Amino acid sequence: MNPKRRDTLRLMAVIGLMASTGLITQAQAAEWNKLAFDGKSLDDVLKAFGGGAAEKSADVSFNAPDIAENGAVVPVGVSTTLKATEIAIVVEKNPSALAAHFSLPAGTEPFVSTRVKMGQTSNVLALVKADGKWFVASKEVKVTLGGCGG
Amino acid sequence: MGDPMRIRATENGGVTEVKILMKHDMESGQRKDATGKVIPAWHINTVVAKVKDKEVFTAQFGPAVSKDPFLNFKFKGAAKGDKLSVTWVDNRADTRTDEVAIA
Repeated sequence: MNPKRRDTLRLMAVIGLMASTGLITQAQAAEWNKLAFDGKSLDDVLKAFGGGAAEKSADVSFNAPDIAENGAVVPVGVSTTLKATEIAIVVEKNPSALAAHFSLPAGTEPFVSTRVKMGQTSNVLALVKADGKWFVASKEVKVTLGGCGG
Repeated sequence: MGDPMRIRATENGGVTEVKILMKHDMESGQRKDATGKVIPAWHINTVVAKVKDKEVFTAQFGPAVSKDPFLNFKFKGAAKGDKLSVTWVDNRADTRTDEVAIA
């Protein structure tokens, strides 16, 4: 018998029990989209979210610096006039393209701002899902010092 | 159990603006230590913000979110004094919840 496999099974059983007894609430058990975060390109990410091609839109406004001195901390902000239900931030040349994904329930403004890491100069894309379709705005951010490698 | 988050929530004209600073290393899984071994990825996976048990915002983070993640968002429908609770879970199933009253 493979002891590692036993451990994995046991761990799964424990997590399952925690979820069923309410130790982990429904929201916390909400699936982290591994497939999307493993995606290497914009197409992979869009596929993982079950969408087709994203359409360029002027209604998505994307704030990012032209030049990021420190790739480890690049402030990005997304806002839109569309009725957004989801927002995602994609850095094209990072080892995994998707940086973050946000779900906006009804009543939440279509706005988010956060900070991401960039390995090198790259296009950064803001994806917005509205009415079941993905819209995109992009901007090239030049990185003088990478934030991913050692 | 991680360190406390810093959360600021202010209501103005029906819209509540929330700013969160989480304390987390967000190790990317790309870096190597002095001996050349890859440092395994360790980062926050999900963040959920709730008011009165209703979700107002959820985020999924990959390893490309900066160390000590910052998050800024706005939502409608809460009043001053309501409690906003924020919970994160990382990929080692560590979790932390903090609560603030909306000002």
